[in-house]
Amino acid sequence: MLKITKLSKSFNKESDNELHIFNDFNLEIEENKCTAIIGPNGCGKSTLLNIISGSIMADQGEIMLDENDIGKLSEEKRAIHIGRVHQDPSMGVSPSLTILENMSLADKKGEGFALRKLVNKKRIPKYIELLKDLDLGLEDKLDTKVKFLSGGQRQSLSLIMAAMKFPDLLLLDEHTAALDPKTSHVVMSKTKELIDKYKMTTIMISHNMKDAIDYSDRVIMLDKGEIVLDKASKDITEDEIMDFYRSKLDEHLLQ
Amino acid sequence: MKLLITSLEQGLIFSILAMGMLITYKILDVSDLSVEGTFPFGAFLFARFISIGVNPILSTLLAFVFGTMAGLLTTTLFTKLKIRPLLAGILTMTILYSVNLKINGKSNIPLFSYRSIYDSGSTLLILLIIVLVVKILLDLFLKTETGYLLIATGDNEALVKSLGENSTKYKLIGLMIANGLVALSGALMAQYQGFVDITMGASIIVVALASIIIGDTIKKKSTWLKNTTRAIIGAIIYKIIGGIAIDLGLNPNDLRAINAIIVIVFIAYNNAASNLFRFKGKGGVQNA
Repeated sequence: MLKITKLSKSFNKESDNELHIFNDFNLEIEENKCTAIIGPNGCGKSTLLNIISGSIMADQGEIMLDENDIGKLSEEKRAIHIGRVHQDPSMGVSPSLTILENMSLADKKGEGFALRKLVNKKRIPKYIELLKDLDLGLEDKLDTKVKFLSGGQRQSLSLIMAAMKFPDLLLLDEHTAALDPKTSHVVMSKTKELIDKYKMTTIMISHNMKDAIDYSDRVIMLDKGEIVLDKASKDITEDEIMDFYRSKLDEHLLQ
Repeated sequence: MKLLITSLEQGLIFSILAMGMLITYKILDVSDLSVEGTFPFGAFLFARFISIGVNPILSTLLAFVFGTMAGLLTTTLFTKLKIRPLLAGILTMTILYSVNLKINGKSNIPLFSYRSIYDSGSTLLILLIIVLVVKILLDLFLKTETGYLLIATGDNEALVKSLGENSTKYKLIGLMIANGLVALSGALMAQYQGFVDITMGASIIVVALASIIIGDTIKKKSTWLKNTTRAIIGAIIYKIIGGIAIDLGLNPNDLRAINAIIVIVFIAYNNAASNLFRFKGKGGVQNA
């Protein structure tokens, strides 16, 4: 379980442009569930993911992942516990290496890297099994360099690499936003299958309301760094979210 | 024939320099200009060790070991002090200029009276063995977990962090090995030409780049030709082109301009060829 307590974060401190994103923010993410975080641009969703992963440090607050206080750890140390798939398909892979080499790197996460041979042939059947689950034919392209794959293929590979060592928490940062609708649907379906199969605790950021409802167990809406909606996905409709958005938009316009 | 052998020998010496630059320029994507100081640094270190009685093989190896320190300095400047890599390399190069003059207290040292690594047999054969050993060790290293992370650091630092590793460590390893190889190349050149001179590093970066770029033009699409092999072939072709140019009556004073022109021509050719390849391959990528 992820528990965030009294989180505060602001940018451009002590300047005229000081921007408070979070102030005494609290959040609990249940184990083995997928939680979708939605909200308008600038609501703090990406900042929240960056703070959890450690690419941005919080000003104050505690971030507990299971029994570990990860809030003070560096991004690299947190990465041992956290898998992340970025919006940009090239962020989660090494393009000049082959699929096999990329998967071998991901397979060694948390074990320490030394002067041993990277590719372990005994592990290849496992990689093939994981790639077959994607149903994209990547299992026949183990020796293909990742730079020759399409965006959807790269993103699917990133997903497998991020989830391969069963991280305590999987972060999906609008990971289908850069893909065309058809590919996006394929990748989202594969994501859902993977999360369900391995019962992974997941936080998914999405701008797509339908995806947020269809593929998660819980939907949280953020606005100005605060939780303004928090419901089980089965109890919420797309229209309800859109109405909420419109009312918030009206509030913004009236201010 | 003599011209060919001389070009081959010099090409082999420069191929070690090119393999060093391969790590920084091509793998890590860092423009490390410090090599202009590291090449003579290796030569001056060799001169120092050989003059105090250390045997030639150990003197050459020590040039490699101390050469790695130049990489340590450049990496520290750009990772810890946040100086841009280009400037960090220039600063290391500038520091090394003074260090090189300090090592022996002179800007030019004849080495004819000392033993050299080439004394034990044919120069060409000895160089061939050294280059092969360096190439095999570098290839083996790049197949290790650490080696792959070095490649991944140049490719995508975010991936390295997501694997729980510090990418700075891999930049440091890469720059240290690269500078060690450049210094080794400098030490081999010093013994080959029989003297050490403070200017021997000038424009050496162009030689290294030319070797890598020429190597890249050979069988562009081939996947079995390793980058290290390309660098070695590139360095040899480069020296043969230079040797032929001088043999045809080129004024040696014009050589540096010719070196730069060779680099320009090959880069232009590579860019034109890859544009053509992209055009031909358009639409060829399968969508998921």
